[in-house]
Amino acid sequence: MSETANVALDFRNIDILFDRSGRRGAIEAALARLDAGETREEISRALKVTVGVAGANLGVARGEISVLMGLSGSGKSTLLRAANRLNQPIRGEVRIGNGSAWLDIARCDGDTLRELRKTRIAMVFQQFGLLPWRSVRDNVGFGLELRGMAPSVRREIVEEKLALVGLSSWADAQVHELSGGMQQRVGLARAFATDADILLMDEPFSALDPLIRRKLQDELMDLQKRLKKTILFVSHDIDEALKIGSRITIMREGRIVQTGTPGDITLRPINDYVADFIRHMNPLPTILAAAFMRRFRDLPVRPDGLLDAGTIAIDQHAPTAHVADRGVVMRACGEWEPGAVCIVPTHMSLGEVIVMRQRSGFPVLVEEDGQLVGVCDDADIYQALSGERRRG
Amino acid sequence: MMAPEHWITAHKIPVGTAMAAVIDVVRHYGLGVFDAISDVVGACADGLTIMLLDIPPLLLVAVAIVGAWFLRRSWKLVALIALGLLFIINQGYWNETMATLSLILFSTLCCMVVGVPLGVVSAHRPRLAQVLHPILDLMQTLPTFVYLIPTLILFGLGTVPGMISTIIFAVPAPIRMTQMGIARVPRSLIEAGEAFGATERQILWKIELPAALPLIQAGLTQCIMLSLSMVVIAALVGAGGLGVPVVRALNTVQVDVGFESGFVIVLLAIMLDRLCRSKEPAQ
Ligand SMILES: Nc1ncnc2c1ncn2[C@@H]1O[C@H](COP(=O)(O)OP(=O)(O)OP(=O)(O)O)[C@@H](O)[C@H]1O
Ligand SMILES: [Mg+2]
Repeated sequence: MSETANVALDFRNIDILFDRSGRRGAIEAALARLDAGETREEISRALKVTVGVAGANLGVARGEISVLMGLSGSGKSTLLRAANRLNQPIRGEVRIGNGSAWLDIARCDGDTLRELRKTRIAMVFQQFGLLPWRSVRDNVGFGLELRGMAPSVRREIVEEKLALVGLSSWADAQVHELSGGMQQRVGLARAFATDADILLMDEPFSALDPLIRRKLQDELMDLQKRLKKTILFVSHDIDEALKIGSRITIMREGRIVQTGTPGDITLRPINDYVADFIRHMNPLPTILAAAFMRRFRDLPVRPDGLLDAGTIAIDQHAPTAHVADRGVVMRACGEWEPGAVCIVPTHMSLGEVIVMRQRSGFPVLVEEDGQLVGVCDDADIYQALSGERRRG
Repeated sequence: MMAPEHWITAHKIPVGTAMAAVIDVVRHYGLGVFDAISDVVGACADGLTIMLLDIPPLLLVAVAIVGAWFLRRSWKLVALIALGLLFIINQGYWNETMATLSLILFSTLCCMVVGVPLGVVSAHRPRLAQVLHPILDLMQTLPTFVYLIPTLILFGLGTVPGMISTIIFAVPAPIRMTQMGIARVPRSLIEAGEAFGATERQILWKIELPAALPLIQAGLTQCIMLSLSMVVIAALVGAGGLGVPVVRALNTVQVDVGFESGFVIVLLAIMLDRLCRSKEPAQ
């Protein structure tokens, strides 16, 4: 596959089980039952073995933010933690590109694993995981210190990473003097400091209040534009996932249900479970015009050859718009003036389309590559809001 | 027919004689070793006492004041130390205080050297902790006089048996506190270390020990206090120090001497406690 060249981290058939029974052979017995198709509950009840993750396959492309989503206990953290072997997969491979070859993190020896953790894979924790007896500076330099880097060399890198997250003036503060948002910035700086190309983030913003959370999401995306890390991100917030994820994976009871782009997930949910999940998202910033507009080819044609878009009629070839047989001006939304029909690009969000629909009083036209391709009228907006179209 | 209880007493289980036999064997084969320990430890402790006594008392008071200031930065503590030490000089117990101090410092040092590593190891090995737990209980509840007798036999009269008894009594504190401290380090901090590639040794030194430090320090304070509470008993087997006048006062029914030396012991305890107790944790 040509796609594998671009894959930075590759989970293959990962099973992770936790033995609560302490009996020898419990894990093997559980695997046999798992292969025979028994559910997680049955296995848990019969053998006191928790199936954390079962049969997970996931490729994380270089430079993307891949988000793992699911309800509590669905195995998101467990899968994420397999990437640096904080959880040991019982079966399967976690492959990481290592120059030209692949390396299996799940089975490599201890020294190789430590080397990977020091240089390739960094982690950001939900509860920050900072060392409270150290200053901010020494927390950020922690990973470098573990490598045995001299303090003088370390200092420069630490300053740079602190500047990156906007905490330069706090370098000598104690961790407890910082607010939650700032503490997590320290966590981010610590992860950036090792120059790892892969970042594991387990609900890094969940412990923060909503305003700070949104701010840090924006900052992360800004940083990501510059740094182009490969990020595996766990979230239980669908809006967060749709906002920052270039690829979203929905998990349920230890299994991956669906993987896809935010568009795939919102428009083509694979089953009712995913659809249900999506229904709880805030649609305004996430659904794009391209997803809910009515395409011209689906519009009825009037006897005079114009396309019938409710209150306006469109001549697709001129192109012009007509209201009650009188032509009206069309303007791109940046240059819109009262009395004109508004034209928006396909990547305009539902929220913005609603604003333009409201202001202009006309249905909103959608263009793609300089061509008018569709229209958003009230019915389309309502459908998008209610999620009906998305489920079909 | 014998009465049943008569039968029971007639077949006495030889607990005491067995222990005595064990001690006998140990003494027989280990005499050289114990003599050597006795010599070295005795020389160290007595050497420390002699050194402390060589320094002019007022100079030592000054050193203690400066040290206290740098350690705690508290005028109250400095005042306490200054007045306390001057009071001791005033009462004429300086020599005894120095002897007691060196006994305490030395046995505390031994306790920490043994206790902290043992605490760390047992925190990492729950099985060992399970075995250790009743032994530590035994060490702290067995009446001191009981093991005073065999230490006397093994080490002879003097500073050493006093110190050994002190150590047996005080060492469970640092072991327990260290173990508790290490076992209570949040899992998330250890995982933070692992995630950044720390070796086991790095996790111990850079995460577990710093995180457990407040409890280890509490163990140190406890250890000092427990050692101090043994001075009278140590004096019974020939160790010098503040216990000696107490024992003498007891034998000769001298109320005044008893109270004087008692006060000095309490004063020493308060000063050491304030000096060692960790700062009020920020927030
Ligand atoms: N170390 C462990 N030992 C035993 N069971 C575990 C362990 N870690 C996770 N589990 C179990 O595995 C299952 C999946 O847990 P996981 O932490 O991956 O869920 P999650 O999706 O991250 O949920 P949350 O949103 O609550 O963090 C749960 O049933 C959990 O109890
Ligand atoms: Mg989790």
